Amino acid sequence: MTNAVSFTAVSRHFGSVRAVDDVDLEIGEGEFFAMLGPSGSGKTTCLRLIAGFEQPTSGQIRIFGEAVEGIPPYRRNVNTVFQDYALFPHLRIIDNVAYGLMVRGVGRAERHRLAEEALALVELPGYGDRRTGQLSGGQRQRVALARALVNKPRVLLLDEPLGALDQKLREQMQEELKSLQKALGITFVFVTHDQGEALSMADRIAVFNQGRIMQVGSPEDIYRRPNSRFVADFVGASNVLPPDFTGTGKWSSLRPEAIRLTSSGGKPARVAWHSFLGGQTRVVLDSQGQRLNMLLPSTEPAPQDGATVRIRWNDQDIHLMDDDR
Amino acid sequence: MRSDRQNRAPMGLKIAAAAGLLFLHLPILLIFVYAFTTEEKSYQWPPPGYTIKWLGVTWNRPDVWESLALSVKVAAISTLIAIVLGTLCAAAVSRWRFFGREAISLLVILPIALPGIITGIALRSAFNLADIPFSTWTIVLGHATFCIVVVYNNAVARFRRLSTSLIEASMDLGADGFQTFRYIVLPNLATALLAGGMLAFALSFDEVIVTTFTAGHQATLPIWMLEELVRPRQRPVTNVVAMVVVLVTFLPILAAYYLTRDGDQIGGHGK
Repeated sequence: MTNAVSFTAVSRHFGSVRAVDDVDLEIGEGEFFAMLGPSGSGKTTCLRLIAGFEQPTSGQIRIFGEAVEGIPPYRRNVNTVFQDYALFPHLRIIDNVAYGLMVRGVGRAERHRLAEEALALVELPGYGDRRTGQLSGGQRQRVALARALVNKPRVLLLDEPLGALDQKLREQMQEELKSLQKALGITFVFVTHDQGEALSMADRIAVFNQGRIMQVGSPEDIYRRPNSRFVADFVGASNVLPPDFTGTGKWSSLRPEAIRLTSSGGKPARVAWHSFLGGQTRVVLDSQGQRLNMLLPSTEPAPQDGATVRIRWNDQDIHLMDDDR
Repeated sequence: MRSDRQNRAPMGLKIAAAAGLLFLHLPILLIFVYAFTTEEKSYQWPPPGYTIKWLGVTWNRPDVWESLALSVKVAAISTLIAIVLGTLCAAAVSRWRFFGREAISLLVILPIALPGIITGIALRSAFNLADIPFSTWTIVLGHATFCIVVVYNNAVARFRRLSTSLIEASMDLGADGFQTFRYIVLPNLATALLAGGMLAFALSFDEVIVTTFTAGHQATLPIWMLEELVRPRQRPVTNVVAMVVVLVTFLPILAAYYLTRDGDQIGGHGK
């Protein structure tokens, strides 16, 4: 099977800045793929390399097996949903959505029919006559999505698509994007700095840091078996333990929810402080000079600040990391 | 909260403002009045009598039509050149960073800051040196130097508000460079170009100094007026021409004002 997108030793340097540094990447057809990382980690540049807005300094990018070097954005069968949506302010919604069809020479009646279909797909039927200024942020997001999908791209690129929405709308759009992707079977590549978003939506995740990919894997892999201190810390705020704390000779990670209180045995620890998060209580502990985060179900009583408690975890919850970055 | 009394301007300020406006516009009304005077050798106040015969006299003077046609032609062509070159230059300066960018920006604006007489002398000696005979085209070139500036200034300001992602979105959706310009850049630029173009046209239409140096034996309308003022006969003809020009130019200026008034919402939300 051909991969939808593949990077071979791709670098993109801006002067002395290595925005993307020797990246190898395979994105399968029909995959919902997330590029996760802090700002400036190179994930957006990777997206722009696929779209064709940037050219690699070195290395090769293939889209469905075809080398795309020198092919401009308008001749790639790839569409982008921009972070600021980039809707055309001087066009009505219907003409925004039909734009890609218009520049390809599709007749007016036909392109408006297809645009109307695309608007219905994103649950904005009958919004065609409005102006972009009359829509809410969430509606603009949907128009941007419809405008990209109407061109039937083989890969859809999404740049921080939910960044500008409020929490409730984000969760709703996450679900909708996921089911849309399943229904259409198109490869989705989306960039985000929100690990919760990446974990809940993606089939696979690439974690970026400083222009390099630290780890690629399923959300469960990334979450349970981080390969490096960076991934363990960035994805879900794991406890990153130094080699001498566990006596294993390697850095390891321990999920906050894997730590439990016990009445006997285990290790002693002092409660530094705790905070109530709703369904869970976050307890920050100090054990032999090592700071540990623990998540307790809210059904259990939280220990007093300053109290000494005993904690334990199962040995298999200690995940050893080969990469000490 | 402020009361109505505090919001109201004091009487002294109102009078001063009214006086200022009258000082600006009363002389123009005087020009209109002299267009209907019976006295043709000097401007005598009050006019000894009123007549509309100068309208007919003006209509039948071929020199009026010649200079008017020349002025319109020169203004139209220099405006066209200015719109094309000014827009291209604005696009280059606002879209890309390149060596000499600031210098180009300054050099383009310079002609409007430079006294017209210097531009005029410089162009005249340059034309002489290059052995270019003076014609309509030398006037056009002279006018284009300062017309470019106003178009450039308008376009640069608009380009700055036009978000880059709109252009990228257009390319992403399959539009090549020309289509992106035609369907995205131009519509967002249109009102700025219209305003800049009209200003350029107006600047060219009443230009005297540069024209004096770059014209051969031809006379544009303002030059014709200057020549006419020192002649003793049929003086009100000049006033009739002036009155018509004022009335005719007033309409497009009004139109430009209304067209560009809503221009603030153009060009890229969010960035």
